Amino acid sequence: MARTFCILGLCTLLSITAFMVLGARGNWDFILVFRGTKLVALVLVATAIAVATIVFQTLTSNRILTPSIMGFDALYILLQTALVFILGGFGFASLAPELKFALELCLLSAASLALFGSLIGQGMHDLFRMLLVGVVFGVLFRSLTGLLQRMIDPNEFSVLQGSLFASFNKVDTTLIALATPLVLACCALAWHKRNVWDVMALGREQAISLGLNYKRELMVGLALVTALIATSTALVGPVAFFGLLVSAISYEVTKTHHHGPIFLSSILISIIVLVGGQAIFERVLGLGATLSIVVEFLGGLVFLFLILRRVRV
Amino acid sequence: MIEIENVTFHHGKSPILKDVSLTIKRGGITALIGPNGAGKSTLFALMARLLPLQSGKISFDAMDIRQTPSRELAKKLAILRQDTHVASRITVQDMVGFGRFPHHQGRATSLDHDKVQAALNVFDLADIAERFIDELSGGQRQRVLVAMAYAQDTEYLLLDEPLNNLDMHFARNLMHQLRDLADNHGKTIVVVLHEINYAAAHADTIIALKNGEVAAHSRTDEFMTEEAISRIYDMSVKVKAVDGLKMALHHV
Ligand SMILES: Nc1ncnc2c1ncn2[C@@H]1O[C@H](COP(=O)(O)OP(=O)(O)OP(=O)(O)O)[C@@H](O)[C@H]1O
Ligand SMILES: [Mg+2]
Repeated sequence: MARTFCILGLCTLLSITAFMVLGARGNWDFILVFRGTKLVALVLVATAIAVATIVFQTLTSNRILTPSIMGFDALYILLQTALVFILGGFGFASLAPELKFALELCLLSAASLALFGSLIGQGMHDLFRMLLVGVVFGVLFRSLTGLLQRMIDPNEFSVLQGSLFASFNKVDTTLIALATPLVLACCALAWHKRNVWDVMALGREQAISLGLNYKRELMVGLALVTALIATSTALVGPVAFFGLLVSAISYEVTKTHHHGPIFLSSILISIIVLVGGQAIFERVLGLGATLSIVVEFLGGLVFLFLILRRVRV
Repeated sequence: MIEIENVTFHHGKSPILKDVSLTIKRGGITALIGPNGAGKSTLFALMARLLPLQSGKISFDAMDIRQTPSRELAKKLAILRQDTHVASRITVQDMVGFGRFPHHQGRATSLDHDKVQAALNVFDLADIAERFIDELSGGQRQRVLVAMAYAQDTEYLLLDEPLNNLDMHFARNLMHQLRDLADNHGKTIVVVLHEINYAAAHADTIIALKNGEVAAHSRTDEFMTEEAISRIYDMSVKVKAVDGLKMALHHV
């Protein structure tokens, strides 16, 4: 275990260094600030997605579904579009970004606790039924989003584009000041409760028998997941399979059910893939936009592999 | 003392338990028997707060399960469910270790380690302690779950068909172990059994449920009559005394 973390730590440092210095030319002050801001944003996203995915998989007692697959980020985009629709493009654009984000976060928390909280709380742990619900929610949220976007005035639509088309190499950095403390607070809470998650992973009945307040822990966990996914979606837009890729590797290298090492390794792996990958694709290969495609492709393969393995046994 | 007062439970419209009232005294082994679908597991789920009470009241030593914090209850009673499936990949040792969670909240002491080790030894699991539970046989997994409830070290132990999947060696061992817990450690054990002769041999009291109602509640030797068994299971069964113990010949 110690060796695994040494290697992961080294790789993380290497990725971050590569991201900061590779292909840097010209004024160092400028480069450090410019790349540093982007690095912070990517690390935030990597951490948020890793922790959200692990907590979600624990709450649903499975290691295949992720918040994205269940439609959390599609819901976020829907809420954002609905806000533009209701407030109008001008009204939406004139809101301070922090206020906007806070508003979206509240709405998303309420909606996801209502939708997913009742679903999971009823002991809905059948993987394939959950998957089906996720697909239905995802399609529903996306088509509602599409409908609203068509009904929005084209001029007003442009204010949405910034957030809708954010991606790994076009990070929306305006929210960093707000996102940093939020992600840190969520991670601190998730870490503090790592022993609770160990028990929650056993499922509802065992968790109650062992004395947990199951409903409360479930709601806390879902709120964490929601806040983290909202943050990462605001920064880089929706990602489908990245979280799954990270969590699958992390379970594989730690081979434990203890959430302490799982959280640590998944955050490190997430940073390595995102920051290291961005360094290689953007700086070395000169293909900034393709990292997300490759990551999603690999994550998709992992998803298929895990599902097929489940079907066979 | 376990007090169950006027518990009625419905799944949708269909009544599962109808006004069940029972008092189970401290100490000893109580066998809960009855046909499939009688409501035994439902009653257990209600007692262990896994299902919400719809009406009536259940308490352990005057601790009302609706008022007592879950964490306190977890130190009072442990339950083995009829079908537990464990999703995560956990070793036998760690799984049994979870039984100690109510006592240490995630920070195990050496006392906890000792208790886990004792549970592993009692249920013959020491040799496979490092194995993952999804790689065990059905009977081995059942023993792990029983050991986990045992490690929880509570005054009350609710075991729903603990003999499932166990061979005759381990089945008798388990019943002896329960006897020891009741006689020498003051535990109160309620156990769902389908093989009535295990109840006849090892239980102090028998409670029979049928169609969601209490059909019998008496001392074991009083219960073991052809009339009572035939009435509860709707089949004629002979009862014979073997070495002073009444046994039901229900196999032929
Ligand atoms: N989730 C559910 N929804 C609807 N009905 C249910 C549900 N769970 C159990 N039942 C019904 O409740 C009744 C009692 O079930 P229970 O599991 O308590 O029986 P049991 O006495 O434990 O039987 P067995 O000996 O087969 O374990 C059965 O008729 C069953 O069909
Ligand atoms: Mg049952």
